[in-house]
Amino acid sequence: MSLILLFEQILNGLQSGVMLFLMSAGLTLIFGVMGLINLAHGSLYMVGAFAAASVAAATGSFTLALIAALAASAIAGVLVEVIVIRRLYARDHLDQVLATFALILIFSEGTRWAFGSFPLYLDVPAALSGPVHLPGGIAYPAYRLAIIGIGFAVAAALFLLIAKTRIGMRIRAGESDREMIGALGVNISVLYTAVFALGAALAGFAGALVGAIQSVQVGMGEPVLILAFVTIVIGGIGSIRGALVGALLVGLTDTLGRVLLPLAFGVFMDPSSATSIGGALSSMSIYILMAGVLLFKPTGLYGSA
Amino acid sequence: MTFRKMAGALCLAALTATAAQADGVKVGMITTLSGGGAGLGIDVRDGFMLAIAQSGRDDIELVVEDDQRKPDIAVQLADKLIQQEKVDIVTGLIWSNIAMAVVPSVTAQGKFYISPNAGPSALAGKGCHKNYFNVSWQNDVLNEAAGNWANNNDVKKVFLLAPNYPAGKDMIAGFKRFYKGEIANEVYTKLGQTDYAAEIAQIKAADADTVYYFLPGGMGISFMKQYAGSGAEKPVMGPAFSFDQGILGAIGDAALGVKNTSHWSKDIDNPVNKAFVADFQAEYGRLPSIYSSQGFDTGLLLVDAMEKADVKDTDAFRTALEETQFASTRGVFKFAPNHHPIQTIYMREVIKEGDVVTNKIIGVASEDHVDAYGVDCKM
Repeated sequence: MSLILLFEQILNGLQSGVMLFLMSAGLTLIFGVMGLINLAHGSLYMVGAFAAASVAAATGSFTLALIAALAASAIAGVLVEVIVIRRLYARDHLDQVLATFALILIFSEGTRWAFGSFPLYLDVPAALSGPVHLPGGIAYPAYRLAIIGIGFAVAAALFLLIAKTRIGMRIRAGESDREMIGALGVNISVLYTAVFALGAALAGFAGALVGAIQSVQVGMGEPVLILAFVTIVIGGIGSIRGALVGALLVGLTDTLGRVLLPLAFGVFMDPSSATSIGGALSSMSIYILMAGVLLFKPTGLYGSA
Repeated sequence: MTFRKMAGALCLAALTATAAQADGVKVGMITTLSGGGAGLGIDVRDGFMLAIAQSGRDDIELVVEDDQRKPDIAVQLADKLIQQEKVDIVTGLIWSNIAMAVVPSVTAQGKFYISPNAGPSALAGKGCHKNYFNVSWQNDVLNEAAGNWANNNDVKKVFLLAPNYPAGKDMIAGFKRFYKGEIANEVYTKLGQTDYAAEIAQIKAADADTVYYFLPGGMGISFMKQYAGSGAEKPVMGPAFSFDQGILGAIGDAALGVKNTSHWSKDIDNPVNKAFVADFQAEYGRLPSIYSSQGFDTGLLLVDAMEKADVKDTDAFRTALEETQFASTRGVFKFAPNHHPIQTIYMREVIKEGDVVTNKIIGVASEDHVDAYGVDCKM
């Protein structure tokens, strides 16, 4: 295996990692601050992608499409929080899982009703559609490189927001003691709605970015949701830094595993069974990673006990 | 738009239902109308209903049920259709795994099953049944024909890609059964995978002249869009499932130039097909897909058999089906002894007609193709 291929796969791993970070940041915030398991987080990702695809089809502008995705998913997040989620904070996790699972079905069938059963079309912006030639003879898709940049920028902004601003301070305070922060005069229900909308907007943003290179279709959020849960478990629930590290680990493990494992098995068995066994093992690799991390750190890499 | 179509479909179903007569045929259609892959079931249903509406017969009663792509639900629906609704014929299943769960029990109860889509190898070979008919294909044939085409068209070394599940492996095995050239690499991905960056990097690094892949539904959309922007330049081939009309709209220009094998195409030049394409577009406001053509042909077959025999006389009706030579959208339609079609498979290329991305036939991949499993079928 050549060094160029390896380097390209590392870039691919980073790209899938930062996308996963956008998904899991919202999930871990909502779980950490409000103690709420939100299975419908993938639906908000889908809302972002559909909003982007329909605005891009109507206006032809990718920038407007991204803005629409942010707005639509944030609005959907606020509506969901006010109408449904608000009643669930005090309930146990089983009730939350049931209610948010129902939300997945409602979102899926609602989207199908509004947009039909066939996948929608969303293209990458023309300026980013070709490959970029990197030093060393690597031709790498410009759009994926842009995603890596955007992902790290969002991660930095989110980190500053949580660590350095007053809102961030309240979010962190709400995470440790929600009654105390209420008693100090912070309107806790507005804070929760805002955090939920922020998480929703991040998911919708990820959906719009990914929709341009994958398919925009009903149910697109579910596979990502599972990966996002694995990520926040690895990173430690409630930790933004953990979500970033976990997402990059999952992205790199998944991408490199898919390429390296079949090659490794090919050394000592025939190619056909090597691709088959290597392929099967690589689809398990992130779960093995999760089990490994939990063995040594039961609360995740950056989790508090 | 969608709502109007749904409403129209329901009205049509209701109309055919009220017009039922004692000596007509009652058809139970179990297909996928919600959840993942609903587009396929909707196309089969719409094509079938168009054929029935055009036949002018008012003695066909149709009951449509949604299996939600779940085998357990499909099995319950089949029991309900046969025991409560007393249907004579069951049809509509899209997925091979669901067909394997439903078809044996339908045929064991003495009812006919006519498949408008799924063609698992087990039902074409050892598990064939005298009351099971398939109007579409056996799963392997589009790939076998593609292998044949590759031999005759200077494809020397291929890179194979498919999801790691039974149908994915069957499709690749079908290709390899006929293909005589070299294989550079064979990669199996997770079912439902959406990011193909790692596989595309391997394709770029591989010493192959063509990529052959089977990635149905959203998987194919993701792969093709990512492949087009990656700087990889190897030509791409596959069976029609990844380049169907319902999917091409979502891939857009990225699919242009891709070659794919199909038993049907909207430009097959015969009067039935021309009328079907025009009527389907007029009725539903979209171009037909292979699935809608299969639904339409299933309807035509049913009407043809009803003109020759009464469905209550099971043996006579079965003979009418076996000996059918109705004019289908694919030309004259004939069954092989295992009740799967003998048909020509075409090679198509994805082109742009005005603003619409669609397929055009560029040659014949395999003439009068018969599947490989029929030799094991003893009825």
